Amino acid sequence: MAKGIVFDIKRFAIHDGPGIRTTVFLKGCPLRCQWCHNPEGQAPRPELVVRGNRCIGCGACLAACPSSAISMDGNLTVTDRRLCTACGACVEVCYSETRELAGQEMTVDELVAEIERDQAFYDESGGGVTFSGGEPLLQPGFLLAVLKSCANRGIHSALDTCGSGEWDELDMIRKHTDLFLYDLKLMDDSRHRELTGVSNQAILENLQSLSQAGHDIRLRVPVIPGTNDDADNMGRIGAFAAALPALHRVDLLAYHDTAIDKYRRLNMNYPLDEVRSASAQRMNELAQVIRGFGLTVTIGG
Amino acid sequence: MPVSERVDRLRQRSLESPSTLSIERAQLTTKFYKQDTGPVSAPIRRALAFKYLMEHKTVYIGDDELIVGEKGHAPRAAPTYPEICCHSLEDLDILESRDNVSFQVSPESREVQEQTIIPFWRGKTIRDLIFQEMAPQWKAAYEAGVFTEFMEQRSPGHTALDGKIYRKGMVDFKGDIRQSLDDLDFLNDAEAYDKQEQLRAMDICADALIHFAQRHAKKAQGLALEESDPRRKAELERIAQTCSHVPAHAPRDLWEALQYYWFVHLGVTTELNPWDAFSPGRLDQHLYPFYVQGLEVGTLTLSQAEELLQCLWIKFNNQPAPPKVGVTAAESNTYNDFAQINLGGLRGDGSHGVNDVTYLILDVVEEMRLLQPSSSVHVSKKSPDRFLKRAAEVIRAGFGQPSVFNSDVVVQEMLRVGKSILDARDGGTSGCVETGAFGKENYNLSGYLNMPKVLEITLNGGVDLRTGRSVGLQTGDPTQFGSFEELFAAYNRQLNHFVEIKVRGNNVIERLYAKYLPVPFLSLLIDDCIARGRDYHDGGARYNTTYIQGVGIGTMADALTAIRWHAFDRQALSMEELLAMLRDDFRGHERLLQMLLNKTPKYGNDDDYADDLMVAVFDAYFDAIDGRKNMRGGRYHVNLLPTTVHVYFGSVVGATPDGRKAGKPLSEGVSPVQGADRRGPTAVIKSVAKMDHVRTGGTLLNQKFSPQLLGDEESLDKFVSLIRTYFKLDGHHVQFNVVDARTLRAAQEHPEEHRDLIVRVAGYSDYFCDIGRALQDEIIARTEHQVF
Repeated sequence: MAKGIVFDIKRFAIHDGPGIRTTVFLKGCPLRCQWCHNPEGQAPRPELVVRGNRCIGCGACLAACPSSAISMDGNLTVTDRRLCTACGACVEVCYSETRELAGQEMTVDELVAEIERDQAFYDESGGGVTFSGGEPLLQPGFLLAVLKSCANRGIHSALDTCGSGEWDELDMIRKHTDLFLYDLKLMDDSRHRELTGVSNQAILENLQSLSQAGHDIRLRVPVIPGTNDDADNMGRIGAFAAALPALHRVDLLAYHDTAIDKYRRLNMNYPLDEVRSASAQRMNELAQVIRGFGLTVTIGG
Repeated sequence: MPVSERVDRLRQRSLESPSTLSIERAQLTTKFYKQDTGPVSAPIRRALAFKYLMEHKTVYIGDDELIVGEKGHAPRAAPTYPEICCHSLEDLDILESRDNVSFQVSPESREVQEQTIIPFWRGKTIRDLIFQEMAPQWKAAYEAGVFTEFMEQRSPGHTALDGKIYRKGMVDFKGDIRQSLDDLDFLNDAEAYDKQEQLRAMDICADALIHFAQRHAKKAQGLALEESDPRRKAELERIAQTCSHVPAHAPRDLWEALQYYWFVHLGVTTELNPWDAFSPGRLDQHLYPFYVQGLEVGTLTLSQAEELLQCLWIKFNNQPAPPKVGVTAAESNTYNDFAQINLGGLRGDGSHGVNDVTYLILDVVEEMRLLQPSSSVHVSKKSPDRFLKRAAEVIRAGFGQPSVFNSDVVVQEMLRVGKSILDARDGGTSGCVETGAFGKENYNLSGYLNMPKVLEITLNGGVDLRTGRSVGLQTGDPTQFGSFEELFAAYNRQLNHFVEIKVRGNNVIERLYAKYLPVPFLSLLIDDCIARGRDYHDGGARYNTTYIQGVGIGTMADALTAIRWHAFDRQALSMEELLAMLRDDFRGHERLLQMLLNKTPKYGNDDDYADDLMVAVFDAYFDAIDGRKNMRGGRYHVNLLPTTVHVYFGSVVGATPDGRKAGKPLSEGVSPVQGADRRGPTAVIKSVAKMDHVRTGGTLLNQKFSPQLLGDEESLDKFVSLIRTYFKLDGHHVQFNVVDARTLRAAQEHPEEHRDLIVRVAGYSDYFCDIGRALQDEIIARTEHQVF
């Protein structure tokens, strides 16, 4: 039975598609967007997350660590990430929940059982499950098995994807997916490479193909001031979207620097320091730009 | 619709007037009791006392008022009830000096209390009688904080009215009383004479209320004569006409209907001080015919209807809850007397009850933003979404109203205990969440029962750790139990022991009220007191329920889960170690405390391990209480609500195995332990719905929401779906605390108490306490912008 790596399951997700949903975050992502708000979703393997403010300084983790990666600095523990193998031994003994693993292996049945817990809410609200990440397409076999199992149970499924990947895999997945939440950030390929680490060519082609196949798609456009909120980029997104054969709507999502804490917990540097959120007025202006192409635009998911 | 200047002034006055203690009722009652009335029966004596009050209490008609009448001598003046409990001078000092919810006591009032009231009533109140009659075991359990007793300071209540006063005047009730008197069978019925006394007493009370209204009519007429403003003059004349017609006769329009109810409300709450005041019940149903008729014939406009309702709302808010005595004078701190207006629900024919007045009242609730009356929406699967969505908009405003009830389950609860389908559909909830057949039932809440205290006593061989006194059964040494089941069986025996003490005490108290303080006025309003010739306190009502309210089921579930998980299943801790930690209040056991808090299944996360124990605790509580006989021909049933007693109960319970420190509040209602539910509202709902709510007479679930979660139309729809799903799973009630910035700041100060607080961050939601300080500050700022 295929196993997947899941780093979070959020119930009562109300901004990830229609109705009340459970959002499953699958670990691993081919992109490295500078504004990423789920940095713990980037690497494919489990990682250690440390919430230093919870530590009671009991030292149990030192004794438990087989790699001697943990030392004490006064009352607080310090983890040497170069030595840490994210084996989870310290997490087991960390009763204060200072140490947690982002990423847990789950079988298809285990995950579907979790998803099924809120079926009564999906039924009532027209909701379902949303797969996000990370990039769910990085675990195609697992994702496919879970999607099929959900479909068998009548659970509506949405895929929140960056669209970067092989069409063959997406083609296999799409047949069992009810709705796509498809991220589109930058139309200029060199900017895209610079800020996400990959080309947008496959992303745009896959989007085109999905649309051609008649899928229900919502485009999700993060608005990062100074990065992609220029009229040119928004205009190009609008033009591209308008030319697609089928499109449900465009969601504009305002960037917030809400993930800074998460980076700290992973000992990662936050790439975007001085960016402020777009004002409500600016969001409206950009929505107008895209509406100019005859598209339905909502602000917020 | 903007609030009229009149309503704005009345509202401001109600909000700004200080609450005072009104000595008038106590003074008049004492004066009456000092008279030589000759040998009269208890009901007649109480009827004559009521009549005396109705004849002599101050008639107050304030500027701008359209609905008239006050319980005290003026707005926000709270009368006292010395025949039930008599305030000492120290009580008055506490009431006056406490920081919150204080009452001004004038020097004259204090003097009357000292010279007249205290000397006459000391040792003669129902409260004195109750404490005199209670067994030593009862007193020991009461003092240990195992249970509280509702009737030691207020009379049995929690009652709401049905639609009868909108069809019948007091004159018609007198006709019914006459008929019952005529039907008395003095040849065969041994109780015929007692019934005659009771019925005569009701008749006296009907006349007394008519007289009280006529005094208002006369006063209004007098004021009209002196009034120079022609508009106000006309209003005063209209008030005079209204008060001459109702309550003597059935109301003919909306104004008369509202004024009639208000006189009845004053009558019930002047006769005695029943719990939760009194409620009009299904007000939208009762008023709808008058509203439609007024609009049709053109005697009423929409804005007049709204203004009249607003005037009634202000009347409710003018009545602070009766001030308490003794320890509760220091502890009880709310002006809210818990009158509850029910909206929506089901009609007798099974169709849903939402109508235009429902929406009008929701507007009034939103505009008035008053502490009282409470409002609740009653949602059936048949109710339109628009109704629930409109209610959600009012909830979003963030002042905690309305609360939301499941009509279909409320009806099932009543059918389960043998009420007729019609009476069930005609009923609803009053007080906090208590189910009742409106206008036909005496459903008493007799007191709260502290489940975690019972567990603590079980874990300590029958001894109350706080006082060292032996108060319970010796159910075995907890360190010697071979299995969790043995421990649970010991708890169960202990529970039954205390329930029997409580029930025995309550059965005596019910008789004290029946014998010494009958309520002939309230009795004439509640079916079938007239037909049976019996008092409301003595089994006159068609249905007679006594509820005992279980408190701390969340704490219990988590405490038992911790014991079972760590001491029995995993054997990570021995019972000795666990008990030592509890005795030390976790001092020196920080790491294991973290284990109890974080590495233990918790109720409220849709985790069957913990939830199954919640169900076991519920079943044990239900089995210990449900079906026991009370003294009014009815039975005991359970409900699970705390009001604020989980704080007091927590203060007498030491550390508990769930990681709760000594003295901290218990969980409230059926909600999970504060901060223990970490998987969002759907998981809470799933957990809570594992309890069989249909076998209760009410459960209370609190949920905290950030305003951003209800920000837009789409979120509101999802919120509606969330409630619908809870109700599909047979939940009884839910209320939402849409948190304001103040709560968020408190969460910053004490994150451990707010672990369950969810805020919408940006493209996702997160637990407030898990995000950084700077972001927290930012959200606080956002919240203020969004809500206010």
